[in-house]
Amino acid sequence: MATTVHEPPQIEPRRLPDLGHSGNGGWRNLVPADGNRGVALDYSPPPSSSAIWVVLFAVTMMFAAFTSALFVRKGSSLDWETFTLPSILYFNTLLLVASSVTLEVSRRRVAVFMGGIKSQVESPARWLYITLFLGLLFVGGQYVAWSQLRAEGLYLATNPSSSFFYLLTAVHALHVLGGLGGLIYVIRKLSKSVLRRNQLVATARYWHFIGILWVYLLLLLWMKL
Amino acid sequence: MHDVAAHAAHHAPPTSFIRKHVFSLDHKVIGKQYYGLALLAAIVGMVLSWFMRIHLAWNSAAIPGLQLLSKNGAPGGVMTPEYYLQLMTMHGTIMVFFVLTTAPFAAFGNFFLPIQVGAEDMPFPHFNMMSFWVTFTGFVVLIASFFVPDGPTLGGWTQYAPLNAVGSVSGPGQGTGVVLWMASIALFCVGQLLGSLNFIPTTLDLRVKGMSLLRLPLTTWAWFITSCMGLTAFAVLMPACILAILDHVAGTSFFVPSGLVVSDQLVPHSGGSTLLWQHLFWFFGHPEVYIAIVPGIGIVSHILITNMRKPMLSQRVLIYSMGALAVLSYMVYGHHMFVSGMNPYSSLAFSFPTLVITIPSTIVVLIWTFSLYGSKLRINSASLFSLGFISMFVSGGVSGFFLAQPSIDIMLHATYFVVGHFHLVMGVAAMFGIFAGTYFWAPKMFGRMINETLGKIHFWLSFVGAYCIFMPFHYLGMAGNVRRYSTFVDDYLQPLIPVHHFITVAALLTGAAQLIFVYNLIHSRFWGKPAPDNPWEGTSLEWSTATPPPWDNFGGKHPVVYHDPYQYGVQSSVGDYVMQASPEQVKTEHEEK
Repeated sequence: MATTVHEPPQIEPRRLPDLGHSGNGGWRNLVPADGNRGVALDYSPPPSSSAIWVVLFAVTMMFAAFTSALFVRKGSSLDWETFTLPSILYFNTLLLVASSVTLEVSRRRVAVFMGGIKSQVESPARWLYITLFLGLLFVGGQYVAWSQLRAEGLYLATNPSSSFFYLLTAVHALHVLGGLGGLIYVIRKLSKSVLRRNQLVATARYWHFIGILWVYLLLLLWMKL
Repeated sequence: MHDVAAHAAHHAPPTSFIRKHVFSLDHKVIGKQYYGLALLAAIVGMVLSWFMRIHLAWNSAAIPGLQLLSKNGAPGGVMTPEYYLQLMTMHGTIMVFFVLTTAPFAAFGNFFLPIQVGAEDMPFPHFNMMSFWVTFTGFVVLIASFFVPDGPTLGGWTQYAPLNAVGSVSGPGQGTGVVLWMASIALFCVGQLLGSLNFIPTTLDLRVKGMSLLRLPLTTWAWFITSCMGLTAFAVLMPACILAILDHVAGTSFFVPSGLVVSDQLVPHSGGSTLLWQHLFWFFGHPEVYIAIVPGIGIVSHILITNMRKPMLSQRVLIYSMGALAVLSYMVYGHHMFVSGMNPYSSLAFSFPTLVITIPSTIVVLIWTFSLYGSKLRINSASLFSLGFISMFVSGGVSGFFLAQPSIDIMLHATYFVVGHFHLVMGVAAMFGIFAGTYFWAPKMFGRMINETLGKIHFWLSFVGAYCIFMPFHYLGMAGNVRRYSTFVDDYLQPLIPVHHFITVAALLTGAAQLIFVYNLIHSRFWGKPAPDNPWEGTSLEWSTATPPPWDNFGGKHPVVYHDPYQYGVQSSVGDYVMQASPEQVKTEHEEK
């Protein structure tokens, strides 16, 4: 039968060193039909950098489902009662935005540290700790917001609007706790000097995403509740 | 740059029994664990279907031992109508989630996807291990619902609102049973999301040198596409389960409308939307059909190519078709809701892509058919089951044309026609894909050849039996036989009772034929002929390594891929094929001429 004949791949050692592990299949390595694999090949990104997009996509789908539930539920009912969001939420938002900034600062310092210029960075983990602290403060702030609503007599089952408030903020807070776990993991790896750059990059992507997700949720809650 | 190597999956060989066989990080062990779970679940699901079929044919017949499962549900071994619905719900749930999703996707995918791309393991072995154990916990939670007061839920595998949220007032099993069902499925979703988290980066990032995307075998493509579908579908079903659990235990009103009276009692909820559940569920539910069948499409193509000794007419079109099925599967879900009170224009909008989705399915079938035409197919258990898959896929798919049109669906909705349709196209076809995969890959997985004679007997009994069971379903449906009834007391259904007798006998016999498979699998596992490394003269990477593969898949070596996945019909030093990892240059027959 007619099948194509392929030349053995011309692996360019400079671009594709044999590092003794699986991988190297090439992200953009589509159809090297002309045999000129040096052009077609590129390095595979480390799996964690595509895995983090998988995670972010799943979280996005989850909150898309919650959002569509909110729209349908509000649109189809007469029992929806609005309430004023606790003002501490805006302060919490600032905390989360600030934590993204501190994480970026720490990323740069860690990059310098890992780049070998260790003398210039005395404590590379300091800004990571600050980020961790801000994240914990955010979760604490969310707890204060829930307490305030409870004091007003608004519970999970009081009204669909309060149900969605507790649901969305609680599921988001769980994801923030996951991010805090990631930060602790990164700090531990850094303290043992076994941190890999893409681990920090993946954690940072997740953290920024959680921040953006919060701003989206706050807007949604502000508009709909 | 060095990150590539540093991040490739790499872990030390296991030493303790627990790490080797229980909490293993090895994708091959996890694949076998998934297979074992699916086999167990399939046996449970099949026995449940026997109980249901016996009851449908002979209402008053006592089923020995059934009273041990539930004293209230089956006093003296005769099931109550409610218990029939409970068994039906568990049959559907177990089969769809824990058999049709776990076996072709999670089991075979886990075992063979890393090997077919040339990787040592998945990139996140701990998540992979969690994936299995979370899924297993989900299964245990589901089975646990048999043993709570009132037993499992009776709401069907779709768990429609508001019955899924109002509690035990709506029937036995609707209290704790529903909560366990929701918890089980939420756990299952987490397990499958963790699976996708490994499958996608493995396919994209852990391919060995020379393994370009279009050099991936069709099975790898199928698993990759399925994992993308699962990522989208399970991430939506999980929040739906969370909402339902909250409605159930926390008193919220997401799905329960106001003023609802169930069993003469006013339900204290307000304003929820029952259609909301259906939208969220079917956004998952229809892609789930393709999550069950796309791996089968990949497996069958892979097996047929190996046994035809020539590539398919177009590898690319097959890949594109599987991708099109995946994308379209999200645009058709509303066809499950034609009679739910949606806007008629919505029905039109969902009907159109439902008809369109038959195009990639048809293309796949045509490619198979025309590739098979004139080929000298090697007949073995795996290729027979692959042919059986095509037959079931076509037979079940054709009835989909009818159901896709709202005007006809209104008549056939909730009849046995629909039951026959989805059992053939999704259930039996996917099962045949699992059987084909088992006969084809068991030598690699377990290191022993499976008895071919028993395999062929198993095929013919299953093939004839499946048609005997499910073709009459279509006639029952056209005659107006409604599904989900535990007894048929209406006058117009009386002439159909003999058909039910026939179906029940066929189901019992076909089910018994599966014991041949179980015996064959277990006997061959321990006493079968030792399998060579490449028993089927295959070309993809799983046949390049030892049988069974070492813990790091290629014994410390890293294959380089030189060829497309299916170089058959060539003249090489080993025969009419050249393996992907062989640097040998070959000429095709075409070029020689």
